[in-house]
Amino acid sequence: MYRVSTLLLTVFLLCPSAVEVLGQEAEKEKTQTAQQEENKEITDVKVIVSKANLMAYYQGDNGKSHAKMTITTYSDMKEKKVKSTRLREFNILRSDVADGGDQKYYVYFQKPADVRKMVFMVHKHVDTKKDDDRWLYLPSLDLVKRIAASDKRTSFVGSDFLYEDVSGRSLEEDRHEIAEITDKYFIIKNVPENPETVEFGYYNVWIDRKSYMPVKMEFFDGKDKLYRRIEATEIKTIGKFPTVVKSMVTDLNKESTTLMEFSEVEYDIKLEDIFTERYLRKPPREAIR
Amino acid sequence: MKDIINRAILLLFCAVVFLLTGSSLAQQDRNDTDQPVQLRDKVESFLEEHSLELNGFWEARTGYRVLNDRYEKDISVMETRLQLDISTYTDWAEFKFKGDTFGCLVTEGGHFDMREAYMSLTPLDFLDTKVGRQILTWGTGDLLFINDMFPKDWQSFFIGRDTEYLKAPSDAAKISLFGDWANLDLVYTPKFDHDRFISGRRLSFFNSTLNRLSGQDAIINTDKPNRWFRDDEISVRLYRNINNYELAFYGYHGFWKSPAGMNNRGEAIFPDLNVYGSSIRGSIGKGIGNMEFGYYQSADNESGNDPMINNSELRFLAGYSQEIAKEFTAGLQYYIERMMNYENYRDNLPTGFSARDINRHLITLRLTKLLLNQNLRCGLFTYFSPTDKDVYIRPNVLYKISDNLMVEGGANIFFGDYQHTFFGQFHRNSNIYTAIRYSF
Repeated sequence: MYRVSTLLLTVFLLCPSAVEVLGQEAEKEKTQTAQQEENKEITDVKVIVSKANLMAYYQGDNGKSHAKMTITTYSDMKEKKVKSTRLREFNILRSDVADGGDQKYYVYFQKPADVRKMVFMVHKHVDTKKDDDRWLYLPSLDLVKRIAASDKRTSFVGSDFLYEDVSGRSLEEDRHEIAEITDKYFIIKNVPENPETVEFGYYNVWIDRKSYMPVKMEFFDGKDKLYRRIEATEIKTIGKFPTVVKSMVTDLNKESTTLMEFSEVEYDIKLEDIFTERYLRKPPREAIR
Repeated sequence: MKDIINRAILLLFCAVVFLLTGSSLAQQDRNDTDQPVQLRDKVESFLEEHSLELNGFWEARTGYRVLNDRYEKDISVMETRLQLDISTYTDWAEFKFKGDTFGCLVTEGGHFDMREAYMSLTPLDFLDTKVGRQILTWGTGDLLFINDMFPKDWQSFFIGRDTEYLKAPSDAAKISLFGDWANLDLVYTPKFDHDRFISGRRLSFFNSTLNRLSGQDAIINTDKPNRWFRDDEISVRLYRNINNYELAFYGYHGFWKSPAGMNNRGEAIFPDLNVYGSSIRGSIGKGIGNMEFGYYQSADNESGNDPMINNSELRFLAGYSQEIAKEFTAGLQYYIERMMNYENYRDNLPTGFSARDINRHLITLRLTKLLLNQNLRCGLFTYFSPTDKDVYIRPNVLYKISDNLMVEGGANIFFGDYQHTFFGQFHRNSNIYTAIRYSF
């Protein structure tokens, strides 16, 4: 079975932001900054990353989406010589315990065939001291498996998305500074506090100045060489929520890309507490269709 | 009776497959005049129209014994298998049929194994029911079972079939009640479903009657409890999740699932058994810890004086698993079986019979490493008993060539100082295998 990383699923909430914020604080800041933003532009880096976090991960109280991942590896990326292509398809249901706080995810796999009907469930905790709780249901054995927490910089289901790209890093793990303010974007530079725990030297995030949607991230190694990029390539407004419906990761070292496409996105649906063992064993209709 | 049911299920299954392919082909014929339409597309649209899902795989698997076994063939497994899985739903129920058709060169025959055929209903908000043939699993052990009294297929496990086949189906009704305080599962099996145990047909084992290894020369004759609604089984689980620590209590009333005694005609029997137990599972540090215990009350031999029937036992396990490096996880378990009336067992054991130890300690280690974008999985599962002085090693390497195609290779290696211990007796069955599977 693929390594299924936890929060990863936040992906569905429009992933590519690595800016993560302390939950409660973010909520407070949300109301405070709402009043300010009409008049003057915010230049406090903490406020910017908080707003981007809420934008990327906490739209509505819950949500549902169908995700399709296309993983392409190249024998020669410049010449676009494709080595192999793999597909992943799954439905995701999300429910927020608190805005900016804990969340629950339910992922029902549809493709490829060998993982069809498997279910991955996460109870995500924002407290950095507490690991997420994760379960996997294997239907052919009727087995509910508990999965140990993992290194957050590993691949999700064999794709180029890493657990942390989409779950977000704790704000405390990086030093943030505004590198540049362009006509459209705040460009935030993030330098890790503990460089030995990550493979990058630093990364930059492009945050839309109007919507606060993070739209691009670029990762650089210790020698300032760009080796990884995540871009939101299509944004749609669904209901009242701007939503990244297409995003692409490019790993220049591995010569590999992953395109993530979301469809059938819905927010604030009627959803019971399906994040329990009962529904692992008997997936709800909302998850199957 | 069971044969009739099996045949009925097989007929039903074939009918569904026939209807599916038949009507798809019929549609295809009508379209032939236009442009060539892919059969696959037609099947898909037909399935969608009728809310049917059809999945499955085709597989070929070959395995050989690495040692000579005078009681068995050199090939341990050689089969080709087609699994079809059809599911559908209405507003009020869900239906599922899953069956395997396979041709086997070890038995030199064709077989059909109906794995699942059930109807699932939620008549009330707090009630789920599932009736029919189904795979059932609960408990916290990893390839060790204490309170999971649902049938296992040890034969498939030891010859190197996919782990899916370790669980054999039950013909049962499962009722699940969900409450604020706790949840309750109740499984009623109207006629005893035993394990697919080691009979000598495919694997040699230590035959205590003959006091030597035996296999096809002395296939076990059994006297099975087989009266409907009288030789029945009841399994109960009461469970609750407290801050994501999963606490459960279990009860079972039925029979030893594999032969656990002998009658005076020399047939292997399945004596009465009651099991009471509990388990807990949750996160500890960076990993997942679990503990489970069960008391096996051998109801036909409570005193332990009957050497022909299993003694009562206390079983306990504790496990821990954690990611120890990137994409590399390790799991360790300790397990013990303790005989309850050991003195009586020893006193009554006929001379010449090899006696068990009072305790059987077992340690298991699982190592799993993912490589090549998680398309290559290298795994090792090892059982080691310091008291029985035997070892069972299960290495396995699986590579996904594409999203549909995978190849796999592995081994089942048994060692032991004695030929009568649990794993030691299978020494001559040590085998290597390889398989290819196309999933759709």
